[in-house]
Amino acid sequence: MLVFLVKRIFNAAVVMLAVAAMAFLIFRFVGDPVEMMVNEQTTQAQRDQLREHLGLNDSVFVQFERFVVNAAHGDFGISYRNQRPVSELIAERFPATLELVLVATILSLLIGIPLGVVTAIHRGTWYSETLQFGSILGVSLPSFVVGIMLILTFSVTLGWAPAFGRGDVVHIGWWSTGFLTRSGRASLILPSLSLALFQITLVMRLVRAEMLETMRMDFIKFARARGVPARRVQFRHALRNCLMPVITMTGMQFGNLIAFALITETVFQWPGMGLLFMQAITFVDIPVMAAYLCIVSFIFVAINTLVDITYAVIDPRLRHQGH
Amino acid sequence: MAPVETAKAPTAKRARWRDSDLWWSLKRSPLAMAAGALLVVLVIAAFLAPLLAIQDPYNLAALELWNAELPPVWQHNGQWPYLLGTDVQGRDIMSAILYGSRVSIIIGIASVVVSLVVGLMAGLAAGYIGGWVDNLLMRVGDVLLSIPTILMAILVSAVFREILPTDLRDGFAPVILIIAISLSAWVQYARTVRALAMVERGKEYVQAARLLKVRPGRIMRSHILPNTLTPILVAATLNFGLAILIEATLSFLGVGMPPTEPSLGTLIRIGNEYLFSGQWWIVVFPAIQLSLLVLSVNVLGDWLRDALNPKLR
Repeated sequence: MLVFLVKRIFNAAVVMLAVAAMAFLIFRFVGDPVEMMVNEQTTQAQRDQLREHLGLNDSVFVQFERFVVNAAHGDFGISYRNQRPVSELIAERFPATLELVLVATILSLLIGIPLGVVTAIHRGTWYSETLQFGSILGVSLPSFVVGIMLILTFSVTLGWAPAFGRGDVVHIGWWSTGFLTRSGRASLILPSLSLALFQITLVMRLVRAEMLETMRMDFIKFARARGVPARRVQFRHALRNCLMPVITMTGMQFGNLIAFALITETVFQWPGMGLLFMQAITFVDIPVMAAYLCIVSFIFVAINTLVDITYAVIDPRLRHQGH
Repeated sequence: MAPVETAKAPTAKRARWRDSDLWWSLKRSPLAMAAGALLVVLVIAAFLAPLLAIQDPYNLAALELWNAELPPVWQHNGQWPYLLGTDVQGRDIMSAILYGSRVSIIIGIASVVVSLVVGLMAGLAAGYIGGWVDNLLMRVGDVLLSIPTILMAILVSAVFREILPTDLRDGFAPVILIIAISLSAWVQYARTVRALAMVERGKEYVQAARLLKVRPGRIMRSHILPNTLTPILVAATLNFGLAILIEATLSFLGVGMPPTEPSLGTLIRIGNEYLFSGQWWIVVFPAIQLSLLVLSVNVLGDWLRDALNPKLR
């Protein structure tokens, strides 16, 4: 078990180092950092001083080492555009993204699981087939198209929900939350729905497949034979056995959803990390781009590693497999 | 299996197709049939854009400002021949969609071809040669997949645009997009082919070929590759839809095709600016076209996966 643990964590560390190398290459070689930071009036002497101060005259390896050490301490340098520490900017935007992704995840479970159960139990009926086709629709509709259509229908035409921004937020320490105000909650509706749609179809398809599998098993037949009511068999016996893979997938998708949120955030002008990243791209604000890449990849890799380890704890057979 | 039709004495190839399991399955899936027909129509219309469109949307001289912001013909003030209305520059939406679809489809096909070629070569090399080649290729793949696809594509696209001189940027936009999409797409093909190649490597026919001193390149190409194509075909179909989707997303976010040569994503990006001013048709029709395109590809891919899976028969 210990060997597996060490191996898996070592693997994750190597991947993270590779990602950091990519971020560093972007940071160091896409445009000259000094040129990005100075204006036309800066003298050559000041430029040289800044170059020395940033450590850009050291060897590439020393610079990379410094980049990794600083990144591990949460220091990603100064944003070219805002002249503020990148870590501060990200910390400001992080709560918005996390709340959005969290609500979208909860929505996807609340809607996806019942839909999956219904399509599995009533297989072949017209509404089940319609839902089944709807799930292909959910995978095919581009996320930004869904967002635009939601805005057009519910904001522009019907005027039911706000189309952009986060509404009023309440600050609790460094965290800012939109859950506690009416406008904050209203602003969450459309973005989270648009982010959740893809996830809903994933959950629905997975639950359906798992349910079909489970309903064929012996313990279900025994429960039926014992005279347990059908509804109770479906929800208490069968569904419970389907939830494990659903939870795994939801966890693994969480990192993906954070990355995906950047599209939703752009459509709805939601002030999260993704919008910060897209603005950074427009202004070639390299430190912010590099930081975002590192943070999202870190969340992604950390969750995947955690899931693998959890599985190994539960199922000893996995510990001795090849990799 | 369908009976072989002998009435019209079809050519051998045609008879083989009519007799195939694929055709048999297609005939029994109306949804896949409809999707296939829709896809064929959309693709043909896109490639015939110069013939079908009433104006060349790239030619600014052909645009007439007094025809700007016309709604679709069925609405009040709508004007023939501007079937789906015009945008603020007087550009016919229908023409823009036809040309835009062509850009989207070409980039989609090119991305699939590029990632397919790279993935097949990498997968065969990793699976057949093994050793450090296998290790290196698979670790590179691991790293690429540990960054979310969409983030990877945006970064690559943004970085390339920054590196290129300004005057080359727009011209190279399709190439940049193809690279950005293929960079993480090849890994899936490589993994699939690798796994299959490792299985095939141990089989007798490959050993026989090896004993006959057939060169490794030839063994990989003509002996192993054909036996790995079925799952690859399914993956390629679904990836075609994904490629169109990623291209559209990048263009929508402003790191894809420029407004001078808009793809469907660029058109939606432009139309999105008029969302609140009432000209809904500028954004809605390109969005519908994009959705139909991806939907038809995905339905076909779904069907193909089931049809080629012998366990489901």
